[in-house]
Amino acid sequence: MRGATHAKWAACAVAVALAATGCGGGSSDGGGGDGSGIVGSSWGDPQNPLEPANTNEVQGGKVLDMLVRGLKRYDPKTGEAQDMVAESIDTKDSQNFTVKIKDGWKFSNGEAVTAKSFVDAWNYGAHLKNNQKNAYFFGYIEGYDKVHPEKGDASAETLSGLKVVDPKTFTVKLTQKFSTWPDTLGYPSFAPLPKAFFDNHSAWLSKPVGNGPYTVKSYQKGSKMELRKWDGYSGDDKAQNGGVDLKVYTDNNTAYTDLMAGNLDLVDDVPASQLKNVKSDLGDRYINTPAGIIQTLAFPFYDKKWDKAGAEKVRQGLSRAINREQITETIFQKTRTPAKDWTSPVLGEDGGYSDSVCGDWCEYDAGEAKKLVEEGGGIPGGTLKISYNADTGSHKEWVDAVCNSINKALGKSNACVGNPIGTFADFRSQASQQKLDGAWRAGWQMDYPLIQNFLEPNYYTDASSNDGKYSNEDFDKLINEANGETDTAKAVTRFQDAEKILAKDMPAIPLWYQNGSAGYSDRVSDVALNQFSVPVYEAIKVN
Amino acid sequence: MGRYVIRRLLQMIPVFFGATLLIFLMVNVMGDPVAGLCGDRKCDPATAAQLKKEFGLDKPVWQQYATYMGNVFTGDFGTAFNGQKVTELMSTAFPVTIRLTLVAVVFEIVIGITLGVVTGLRRGKPIDTVVLLLTLIVISVPTFVTGLLLQLLLGVEWGVIKPSVSSEATVDELIVPGLVLASVSLAYVTRLTRTSIAENRRADYVRTAVAKGLPRRRVITKHLLRNSLIPVVTFIGTDVGALMGGAIVTERIFNIHGVGFQLYQGILRQSTQTVVGFVTVLVLVFLVANLIVDLLYAVLDPRIRYA
Repeated sequence: MRGATHAKWAACAVAVALAATGCGGGSSDGGGGDGSGIVGSSWGDPQNPLEPANTNEVQGGKVLDMLVRGLKRYDPKTGEAQDMVAESIDTKDSQNFTVKIKDGWKFSNGEAVTAKSFVDAWNYGAHLKNNQKNAYFFGYIEGYDKVHPEKGDASAETLSGLKVVDPKTFTVKLTQKFSTWPDTLGYPSFAPLPKAFFDNHSAWLSKPVGNGPYTVKSYQKGSKMELRKWDGYSGDDKAQNGGVDLKVYTDNNTAYTDLMAGNLDLVDDVPASQLKNVKSDLGDRYINTPAGIIQTLAFPFYDKKWDKAGAEKVRQGLSRAINREQITETIFQKTRTPAKDWTSPVLGEDGGYSDSVCGDWCEYDAGEAKKLVEEGGGIPGGTLKISYNADTGSHKEWVDAVCNSINKALGKSNACVGNPIGTFADFRSQASQQKLDGAWRAGWQMDYPLIQNFLEPNYYTDASSNDGKYSNEDFDKLINEANGETDTAKAVTRFQDAEKILAKDMPAIPLWYQNGSAGYSDRVSDVALNQFSVPVYEAIKVN
Repeated sequence: MGRYVIRRLLQMIPVFFGATLLIFLMVNVMGDPVAGLCGDRKCDPATAAQLKKEFGLDKPVWQQYATYMGNVFTGDFGTAFNGQKVTELMSTAFPVTIRLTLVAVVFEIVIGITLGVVTGLRRGKPIDTVVLLLTLIVISVPTFVTGLLLQLLLGVEWGVIKPSVSSEATVDELIVPGLVLASVSLAYVTRLTRTSIAENRRADYVRTAVAKGLPRRRVITKHLLRNSLIPVVTFIGTDVGALMGGAIVTERIFNIHGVGFQLYQGILRQSTQTVVGFVTVLVLVFLVANLIVDLLYAVLDPRIRYA
């Protein structure tokens, strides 16, 4: 009984108030072991309109994961991209792909899923005028620079690299060789869209229609969405429950309390303040599994002081001054794992994860740290400033802990200070315009489980998320080679070679891998999170 | 009376413009909101520019404000970043918060004034001391402590209520949140009423009424209470505005999708349209509530006349 003992003393204080209230209790929905039970799950209001190519966070991702199926789907356990709607995706040169889709797939409004459903959806996602935040996903397809130019208006309506051959076949031409490109297609942004999406867009947004295992029964924006099992679903991952009710919570603590009271079945974001109690509250109904998220400290290479020879020694020294084990244990209650490379364990050994790339540089050693920083000429300016956003995510605690660890290792009380920035938007705006001096927290959530996605967008010269403007010719060359490699295993090895350069230059200090955590009630079983920390809803069984 | 009301309404105009301009500038100072829409990565520049154009963020601030105010007068409060019309957000959030506020105000009036009258009449007696102590405790304990405590005890341990309010937010679900929201003000109302009653009990008109041989009940309700309620009405009137805008803590604890929650989310996402829209309406509510309070004075005390 959590908190009961602390609470008793105050019970009398509110007794007067209590006497004035009389309220009815409630019970959760019924359901049986016949697969008709409804799962109640916590939700947050999606940040962007619920379009596949416009959804880049977990809350919208949850809905899309139930509602749409793309050419491929990542196996929730292994992360392997498996054919879903795709019959085959063939290529001879890693640049021109022929996609064949399976027979019999339908949208829940009865429309058939054809090659055109994909091509139209991708053209919509890529076009500048549609403001799709994941438009860059289509950046490898030929003609993207015409429909989505860096400046000015689009000069073409559709991607020239996409051609419908027949109702079941279309071809894709990329601007460069990209051998693992088919493996990127499991992300919901690549989902097909029915005609209804284009014919009556606002009606689709208020009640989305897709080709996934669930259909939307009702949707009250900002508060609740009821999804029900769709019996006409064509895939083999049919829903094991009768449906899912997503409820928007104003606070994840409230959702957790509701789970405790038995009004909710699944909370996929256990509040940090409850992590200490979660084991005693839920026992084995608490899951804590790796997700494709890595947190790093990025450095400004646009600042000469950090880009000179020897500065890499300072960064390596700082990396060795951070006691990752202790911080992940005391502050994060093991919901983070100390990082040993620049990718994520969800990739698996075959996918390119390696626990030895960073090696000693990621091991805590105060003595070595001090020596390295001194060899490198000391911290530029004498003090390292770590910038972070103070509004969400309780970053202050760990930044202070990291600074504390660095200060202790270097034996200076002002070697490192935290620099809070009011809002996330302001923080991101300063980081992306190279206005930060000193280091800053950089988080990376993968788009698809490929080593390429961890390296190229972050460390390739002038890449989209390379806010620190790190640049290394050898690294770029290896990435290009890896992308052109037709054999996946060889490509992965090339990517790992590139990653070794990161260990040498230390453009960003790997801190820890973030886990997804969730708790569930005893009404449900078979609950798991996928690599994107989204619950695998269709597999949940209601007892 | 009519002229007084018109004068007051005219006074609202500069207050209204000043308040909205201030909020508009404050939200603007927080920086570029579009950068926050793409998670931990950089928005691609073309999409960011397009979004800024669509929300009018590429224009100078004064022009943004002028366009915004122009739209507001045609009933268009703009669009939040998630594609929902702000008027749509308001139409779902305000009814919920108004219900919550009403529940809270009813608690303030019923419990607060009753306790105030009882203690005011029995000054120095044990009941007075006990209530005084209780109000002290309620005032000193922060709302989120009372809220979480009640939620835990009633919702989880005893299972009397659901810990969270459903999206419909019916009145019976709002009783406990309303009580929590009202608790601090309730304590103030009790103390205000008590002091006021205790003071007026010794007034000449009360002595006269008693000397006339009026029944005790009539003396209290007709003479004593009516005169003693003026400061209390002022307090409750201004409190209506404060309750509506200040319910953020209570709304978050009990999962109430009202004005406080929308404002909180709007601020986190730096959605100027949402924040300014909601605050504008709150400013209006505050102004109107104050006007009503002033008019109520005349009803309570016939000596007060407005011209």
